[in-house]
Amino acid sequence: MNDKRVLNAARAVADITDGSSIMVGGFGEAGSPIELIHALIDQGATDLTVISNNAGSGEVGLAALLKARRVSKVICSFPKSINSTVFPELYEEGFTELELVPQGTLAERIRAGGAGVPAFYTPTAVGTLLAEGKEIREFNGRRYLLEMGLTADFSLIKGHEADSHGNVIYNKTARNFAPIMAMAANTTIVQARKVVEPGVIDPEVVITPGIFVDRVVEVSDPAHESQLIAAGVTYQ
Amino acid sequence: MTQYTDISGWSREQMAQRLAQDIPDGAYVNLGIGIPELVTRFVPEGREFIYHTENGLLGMGPSPAEGDGDPELINAGKRHVTANDGAAFFHHADSFAMIRGGHLDLSVLGAMQVAQDGDLANWSTGKPNAIPAVGGAMDLVAGVKQVFVITQHCTKSGEPKLVESCTFPLTGQNVVDRIYSDLAVIDVTPEGFRVVELCPGVDFKTVQELTGAPLLPANQ
Repeated sequence: MNDKRVLNAARAVADITDGSSIMVGGFGEAGSPIELIHALIDQGATDLTVISNNAGSGEVGLAALLKARRVSKVICSFPKSINSTVFPELYEEGFTELELVPQGTLAERIRAGGAGVPAFYTPTAVGTLLAEGKEIREFNGRRYLLEMGLTADFSLIKGHEADSHGNVIYNKTARNFAPIMAMAANTTIVQARKVVEPGVIDPEVVITPGIFVDRVVEVSDPAHESQLIAAGVTYQ
Repeated sequence: MTQYTDISGWSREQMAQRLAQDIPDGAYVNLGIGIPELVTRFVPEGREFIYHTENGLLGMGPSPAEGDGDPELINAGKRHVTANDGAAFFHHADSFAMIRGGHLDLSVLGAMQVAQDGDLANWSTGKPNAIPAVGGAMDLVAGVKQVFVITQHCTKSGEPKLVESCTFPLTGQNVVDRIYSDLAVIDVTPEGFRVVELCPGVDFKTVQELTGAPLLPANQ
């Protein structure tokens, strides 16, 4: 029986342990799996490494997880956003370490990790501070950097619709990192607005095939970061 | 010595309009945050540009009416946008394959400094207390076929932004093709900066005084 449905977000994240690496989908608020992140805050796992494009806004979702001092390292491309105050404080204090990665390199490292490719060469960042300490190799007269594939213990992602086999479709630009993060984690947990029976989603439009997904939980009316912030919500 | 603040050059809108004239019909274009975003207002009659935003949309349309924004339909600046007819959504690895793989025709970026060999600095002041953030800039300059910079000619305090070599940390080496400032349009050539066009009312000597590297006059 291939049924990946889980009753709620709390059960979906129950086995995340201290010290885990976690990929978190989203670009800004679009695609941020807020309910899964809040369930992880409630669950209590700490000393986490978070891999995500941004480092959260306000004091909800990813920023709230940081604020709760559960994240010792962030791997991301752009930790500064509007309403982004939590990460700067933790970074200046020295509590949360930052590995800054160009956005396309971050995406490719995740895809490579999920595809069984340990490393690859890229032209991005050659001749910059972000190339320091990295191997350089020339191909056809141009210099490239060696970058390592990236995998994680868990991925938390937000889909639009999923079926019980774990097939997922997304909504507009909320797709962003989710399909590649689903591939790169040992355990991928998806929250979706609607969880349906197999056969409801046309196989032609599936974006993430179910083999990359381990758990599916329905969150029918997911919150949006900006709306929570505008309403003055802080999650703790 | 001419003071930068005494000169009345092109407005930001006029800079964007001038740049838009140089984009061919049908081009796939990625616009950075800030002045580059103004380019969308000045598409010349009879031309169509297809805008790419690196968070996963090709065929990006204008901002929706106030209050109509969809939090799951945003651009790289995290502002609400729309999707034009013929648009496509895709994941981040595909989006940067478009960028790094040389499929986009043009990247328009802002700048802190541009050097005469085309080096660009636009992501960090390099100050020890600054929180670094790079986003997609290094990928764009490494992969897109042409890179145009649109920027004020000098900083607010009057320091030249066009220099012999950048003092801020680089985004990429030898990557800028052309600069659209409020004073001139300037090409980066193997011989250095070459003025292509001067803003009406601004002379070559003035632009040279406000530039931190030698300028070549326009080709006769």
